[in-house]
Amino acid sequence: MKQTKQLFAVFTLMALGLGSAHADYTLNLMKGVTQLSNDVYDLHMLALWICVVIGILVFGAMFYSIYFHRKSVGHKAEQFHENTTVEIIWTIIPTLILVGMAIPATKTMLEMDDLKESEMSIKVTGWQWKWEYEYLDNDIHFFSSLDEASNKARQIDSGIDPRDVPHYLLNVDKPLVVPINTKIRFLFTAADVIHSWWVPDLGWKKDTIPGFVTEAWTSIEKAGTYRGQCAELCGKDHGFMPIVVIAKEKEDYEAWVSEQKGIAVAEAGAAEKDWSSDELIAKGETVYANNCASCHMDDGAGLSGTFPAITKSSIVTGDIDTQTSLLMEGKGMMPAFGQMLSAVDFAAVSTFIRNGLGNSVGDVIQPSAIKALQSDITLEEDDDDE
Amino acid sequence: MSAVTVEDHDHHDHGPAKGLLRWIVTTNHKDIGTLYLLFALLMFFVGGSMALIIRAELFEPGMQFVDPQFFNSMTTMHALVMVFGAVMPAFVGLANWMIPMMIGAPDMALPRMNNMSFWMLVAGVLLLASTLFMEGGAPASGWTLYPPLVLQTGNALPFAIFSVHLLGMSSIMGAINVIATIFNMRAPKMTLMKMPLFVWTWLITGFLLIAIMPVFAGAVTMLLTDRFFDTSFFDAAGGGDPVLYQHIFWFFGHPEVYVMILPTFGVASTIIPIFARKPLFGYASMVYATAAIAFLSFIVWAHHMFLVGMPMAGELYFMYATMLIAIPTGVKIFNWTATMWKGAMTFETPMLFSIAFVVLFTMGGFTGLMMALAPVDFQYHDTYFIVAHFHYTLVPASVFILMAAGYFWLPKWTGNMYDERLAKLHFWLSAISVNILFFPQHFLGLAGMPRRIPDYAVQFADWNMISSIGAFIYGPSQLIFVYIVYKTIKGGTGEKVTGEVWEGAKEQSLEWTLPSPAPYHTFSTPPEEIPTMSTSR
Repeated sequence: MKQTKQLFAVFTLMALGLGSAHADYTLNLMKGVTQLSNDVYDLHMLALWICVVIGILVFGAMFYSIYFHRKSVGHKAEQFHENTTVEIIWTIIPTLILVGMAIPATKTMLEMDDLKESEMSIKVTGWQWKWEYEYLDNDIHFFSSLDEASNKARQIDSGIDPRDVPHYLLNVDKPLVVPINTKIRFLFTAADVIHSWWVPDLGWKKDTIPGFVTEAWTSIEKAGTYRGQCAELCGKDHGFMPIVVIAKEKEDYEAWVSEQKGIAVAEAGAAEKDWSSDELIAKGETVYANNCASCHMDDGAGLSGTFPAITKSSIVTGDIDTQTSLLMEGKGMMPAFGQMLSAVDFAAVSTFIRNGLGNSVGDVIQPSAIKALQSDITLEEDDDDE
Repeated sequence: MSAVTVEDHDHHDHGPAKGLLRWIVTTNHKDIGTLYLLFALLMFFVGGSMALIIRAELFEPGMQFVDPQFFNSMTTMHALVMVFGAVMPAFVGLANWMIPMMIGAPDMALPRMNNMSFWMLVAGVLLLASTLFMEGGAPASGWTLYPPLVLQTGNALPFAIFSVHLLGMSSIMGAINVIATIFNMRAPKMTLMKMPLFVWTWLITGFLLIAIMPVFAGAVTMLLTDRFFDTSFFDAAGGGDPVLYQHIFWFFGHPEVYVMILPTFGVASTIIPIFARKPLFGYASMVYATAAIAFLSFIVWAHHMFLVGMPMAGELYFMYATMLIAIPTGVKIFNWTATMWKGAMTFETPMLFSIAFVVLFTMGGFTGLMMALAPVDFQYHDTYFIVAHFHYTLVPASVFILMAAGYFWLPKWTGNMYDERLAKLHFWLSAISVNILFFPQHFLGLAGMPRRIPDYAVQFADWNMISSIGAFIYGPSQLIFVYIVYKTIKGGTGEKVTGEVWEGAKEQSLEWTLPSPAPYHTFSTPPEEIPTMSTSR
């Protein structure tokens, strides 16, 4: 099967006169790295070959007729116009073929739905335009968004050739790390609009719907890095919220988990210390580029009619508490950054926009103050639950 | 001399009114048909220009020309303009021109409503187009207008929704008119099973439209109240469900795509027998297959939603029901092949477009069958694979057949022959470039490129470039069609055509028994005899 496929690909390429110079793209679905993705691939090939065979038969008959039953070669038209027997035959044969396809499809479908005995759970939340990952078994929690190199190169007239950016648009700042040979249950939801979480190597995608939870599972068989993208149109930067999954051997994964716990402790410490204005502004510039610039633009000019300017904005140059609560809770299309950014990042970007991008208010907000606000919000939410 | 004047006064219905007003107030089915067809052609180029903006941005990786938000507006508006402004009106135009002439009726049953439905269409499309210039831009949530995303639209939202209402009303009126005409105005001998297939497919399409357009109007009205009147139909925070919208939308949306393909089947079934010089094979089974497809179209909608997390029973049901569509569709393709079999075929441009339609539509059907398999759709869904699929069923299917219909009936409409050499050039450019344009998109989708993205990873660069090159050949080559139509109206090749135009056409359908060009009023008295070569006898 594999050889036939390669042969087919080679012929297609030769027919198109492209040759072997471009080896980095694929023509067919990928087999992926899970049992499910392999089952899906086999189903795909089954359906494809059935279509190819039917196509050859039908088009063959048609082109035979077009060649031999022409007026110009003197063929006289016969006048037959119906035949109940052939109508019945060409209704029944396709029905049987369909049954032959439906049986394996049903089997795979049931397999995909079997979430029993999963060994760990990860909650994935879609945001405009990043992914939030929560490891429900061990308190790891982070956001994952487009990496800085891609983000710079993808700006209009950036002057950067995407071909020079490694994994252009398919790289993130913080990938999802999972162990191999472990049945992982994913729970999907969204914070704003519908997204769809898709890593082709896992063999499926799933919509993430605000207010609802959908689920799916995987068990990756091979360590490696697997890349995907949001697949459901979710607004302006739908094309710029990739997914990277790194599958590690179990012991490497355990090491990663303890490393994450260390980082969490360090971050908590950083939030307690007093930051200087310059430190905050420097850090804030990066946070701004990664989180704000796609709407409010690199220079803070915004986009007339859709995204307000930061430069000379009455909110940004006004009372700092008003600005903080706006950033914390979000407004309209702007997400609630209170849940999304760490206290340090939040304080840094708040300080940066007041003292950069053409603004010079001069004041500073400390991470510790933000941290207090964030824990207030968490408390309120807990109250709501009760 | 005075006698002539008196006669003119007594029979003021001998010809059209003069000047521009003729086109505004006309109730003549031929005039309204012409208006629909020309408007659709204009919109074909408007929607096509939007597609070229999309393909220009996707020519190379990186953002070169447009902002991502505007890119999303383009994909949305391209779809809405092509569906509601180009393909649907073009088929209504054909229905207006051809149905009365095919069933031996003097006009449509409801001529004043006919005029109203056309001008309402123009108003609806203009309103839609005006959103491009509004603060916040045109709708950018895809033509499916899914909430919550669509609720983030700027000022354009209520205008887009009202435009959908207008377009829906216009479609319903057109559908009522077609159904009323077919049921009430057939010539005495024109029994239902003697109607040309184009009439049959439009009758069934009419019922689809009346059933679905109110559903769509309801769905967008709920969007309106969710946005402006604090309802929560589609907002989970208020007890609603965003997926509910998708169910309602696709209950409309799936039959809607068949609204664009059933009349296509009808035209193909009319053209192929004439150039094969044979009766249509399996007339009755063609009618039943069309009805079966129309029925199935109402019970398969959630195959557009395999990813939303339906219960297993739902997934399986919608998978099986969708696979069933392959059976009647297969019957149609086999029947067309059998019609060509042992004929005496010639290959004038209408036949070339029709054969290309059968082949390329079948390719779209194959990918449709593959996508029906729910577990595999988990990979195909929302990728360029589906973009390739539905463009194969719309461009080299519906649009090719509309071109075929144009060439096929232009001599009847104008009395002049079109330039066959130029028309063949148009055909070959279209047939080749449309495949350069859409075939590579199968590869892109399988390799993992999602749809509706303005920029892509570099491994998708080669096929995107090839696809864009195809687009930039396909788009401009359609201007040849405009030139040919213009030239044909202005006298064509100079050769005056007979009433029959195509050899043996009189035996196939009533319109060819009329003189060419068809007089302003035809069948004021119903025809005595009707041709039955391609119907049940």
